[in-house]
Amino acid sequence: MTDSIESGAVTDGQGRNLPPLQLHVPEPPARPGESADFTHFDIPAADAAPRPDEATHPSQMRDFAYGLVRVLDEDGHAVGAWDPKLPAETLLRMLRYMALTRAFDGRMFRAQRQGKTSFYMKSTGEEAVSIGAALALSRDDMCFPSYRQQGILIARDWSIVDMMNQIYSNKGDRMKGRQLPIMYSAREAGFFSISGNLTTQYPQAVGWAMASAAKGDTRIAATWCGEGSTAEGDFHSACTFASVYRAPVIMNVVNNQWAISSFSGFAGAEATTFAARAIGYGIAGLRVDGNDVVAVYAATRWAADRARANGGPTLIEHFTYRVEGHSTSDDPTAYRSAEESSKWPLGDPIARLKQHCITLGIWDEERHAAMDRELAEMVRDAAREAEKNGILGHGLHHPMESMFQDVFEDMPWHLKEQQQQMLDEWKAAGL
Amino acid sequence: MRMETVAAGGPNEPVQMNMIQAINSALDVMMGRDPDVVVMGEDVGYFGGVFRATAGLQQKYGKNRVFDTPITECGIIGVAVGMGAYGLRPVPEIQFADYIYPALDQLVSEAARLRYRSAGEFISPMTVRSPFGGGIFGGQTHSQSPEGIFTHVSGVKTVIPSTPHDAKGLLIAAIEDNDPVIFFEPKRIYNGPFDGHYDTPAKSWAGHADAQVPQGYYRIDLGKARIARPGEALTILCYGTMVHVVENTVAKLGIDAEIVDLRSLVPLDIDTIEASVRKTGRCLIVHEATRTSGFGAELSALVQERCFYHLEAPIERVTGFDTPYPHSLEWAYFPGPVRIREAINKIMKD
Repeated sequence: MTDSIESGAVTDGQGRNLPPLQLHVPEPPARPGESADFTHFDIPAADAAPRPDEATHPSQMRDFAYGLVRVLDEDGHAVGAWDPKLPAETLLRMLRYMALTRAFDGRMFRAQRQGKTSFYMKSTGEEAVSIGAALALSRDDMCFPSYRQQGILIARDWSIVDMMNQIYSNKGDRMKGRQLPIMYSAREAGFFSISGNLTTQYPQAVGWAMASAAKGDTRIAATWCGEGSTAEGDFHSACTFASVYRAPVIMNVVNNQWAISSFSGFAGAEATTFAARAIGYGIAGLRVDGNDVVAVYAATRWAADRARANGGPTLIEHFTYRVEGHSTSDDPTAYRSAEESSKWPLGDPIARLKQHCITLGIWDEERHAAMDRELAEMVRDAAREAEKNGILGHGLHHPMESMFQDVFEDMPWHLKEQQQQMLDEWKAAGL
Repeated sequence: MRMETVAAGGPNEPVQMNMIQAINSALDVMMGRDPDVVVMGEDVGYFGGVFRATAGLQQKYGKNRVFDTPITECGIIGVAVGMGAYGLRPVPEIQFADYIYPALDQLVSEAARLRYRSAGEFISPMTVRSPFGGGIFGGQTHSQSPEGIFTHVSGVKTVIPSTPHDAKGLLIAAIEDNDPVIFFEPKRIYNGPFDGHYDTPAKSWAGHADAQVPQGYYRIDLGKARIARPGEALTILCYGTMVHVVENTVAKLGIDAEIVDLRSLVPLDIDTIEASVRKTGRCLIVHEATRTSGFGAELSALVQERCFYHLEAPIERVTGFDTPYPHSLEWAYFPGPVRIREAINKIMKD
């Protein structure tokens, strides 16, 4: 029994006066109509972080979980120990892949708004996270992505018509129209089937990496999840397994600060960084400027080299910002300040790399504008090509009986019976 | 406990095995045949498992293929999905079926759906071994029968052996299967058939015809039931431990029941069930699991749909009650001889 008294103190069962307990429910710094303020966000200088040897013991890497690995500074120069000194050709490929991803996103978002499909998810502002990693990994390293890593497929030169067929769930969709749009699967591109259930891919990536190690292979695995879903048990199971078996895996946390309407505080960001999750598991942790594609490349390359040398897993937090809504079903103006995107201090990843390339003298505004036009046409042509295979809900889907295929390798009697019943009923109904 | 001896008659000469030894032999045979088969789980490595089912395997096949895991069932199954995607054929053990719930998302949304959602690009050829069922004074966290949860999930097979011979042949078929299989092992009969009389001395498998197990490779295809006892008076559908409880009860009653040991719930051998019930006109379903939405409900519906005009009495179910598994009242909860006898008498009365 407790009795409240005027001071706000409470008397407990032993007669002690104690402050009443308080529940802390996190609240983001700014809601709609309020001014966004990122002054609390301490951005280290681009050349501030030292680059440890890839063999460094996790216990010696604590500071990297709280710092920020950066390469591109505010003036577009590549600076500091993490600068991988990429050749011009690689930088321009990165720029093109990021621009293509954004053009693809724009086209598919509009396609959803035009009623051609049910759902879409853009990666605007987060292109560097996928593109930088994809270029730092080997083509045959296995990726276990979340739902916003379309950039990996694009950077692996996967057919965008094939991706669009999946989005349209049409007869060209290799997944036979079974998955929600953007839940790609591309084994040949080392791209694991995307699940809608969050972070399930984390222990799966660790398992793949363990298998690769057990077999004496040289390939490693990489996986991605959002900061919000680091709260899932799968994340922690994966970290434990990765640590215990020193699995050759790179675990990426894309901290875009918003999980639908829940700001990162609901995943623990008020208390610590997401890279710091690594510390408790004895895993190397890096916190990276996720809007700096060169830094993402450098960090991923560091982690990949470490994994390939049997140095074990790395957890990389990519600090970025989700510029658009969670998906086409989401309206971020209902829960966050409209100013956030423009005030986000780490800028736009495409603009930053473009500036860097111009600074290097290997690029200019005219070429950039021409590239954007070319990519827009490429995406438009691809969409037209994909639409020949049909759009969602317009008949050109896989045959109805395909619904029963691939549940098992061989169809058991009960599925055969249900399939036949469905076909008979539709026939009887004259459909 | 592993069978180290090779009988004079050749590698596939049957020898006496209990169910643990038969399961161990199945794992040994498959690990020997297929370098991609890996065994993993809590305590399965050096120690050989809390029930000793994996004893000796790490020593024989090495730590890369037989290893202990952290205590996270979600992690064990998630890792097994990834290993399957790599091309391995994992055989994870969940130490007790009661512990499988943290792994449900990885089983239901991932392993069971991977082939479908990727249109066959990725598969999950894992066999999840897990001791299940009661009768060991295990209380509610070491006694449950959650098979109905998995039979409700599309894309996963559910297999339950009732003898050492079946355990080995079915486990080999499960491991060879390219889809995920939940392999529930009735732990009450690991060491001997249990007739339901808890107050009499435990029997071993010694001398039991179905404990004669070939030492080498053989498989029992999934989806084929076994007629444990042919008969004419009524059909009793059961699996796992209950096969032996039913056999004993039927013998004591002296009734000519046909006992169908389902062996595999998904895929189900509907032809054998249908033929038996059409012949006898009466059907009793017995399982340890709770009653409501238990697999017996599905069996009852199937028999009604397919054999309605052959039925001479309502279908009866003897199951665990819809309560958590009680510790001290285990023998009131357990679908034992008394309850089975009463149900048979009720069916035969009409």
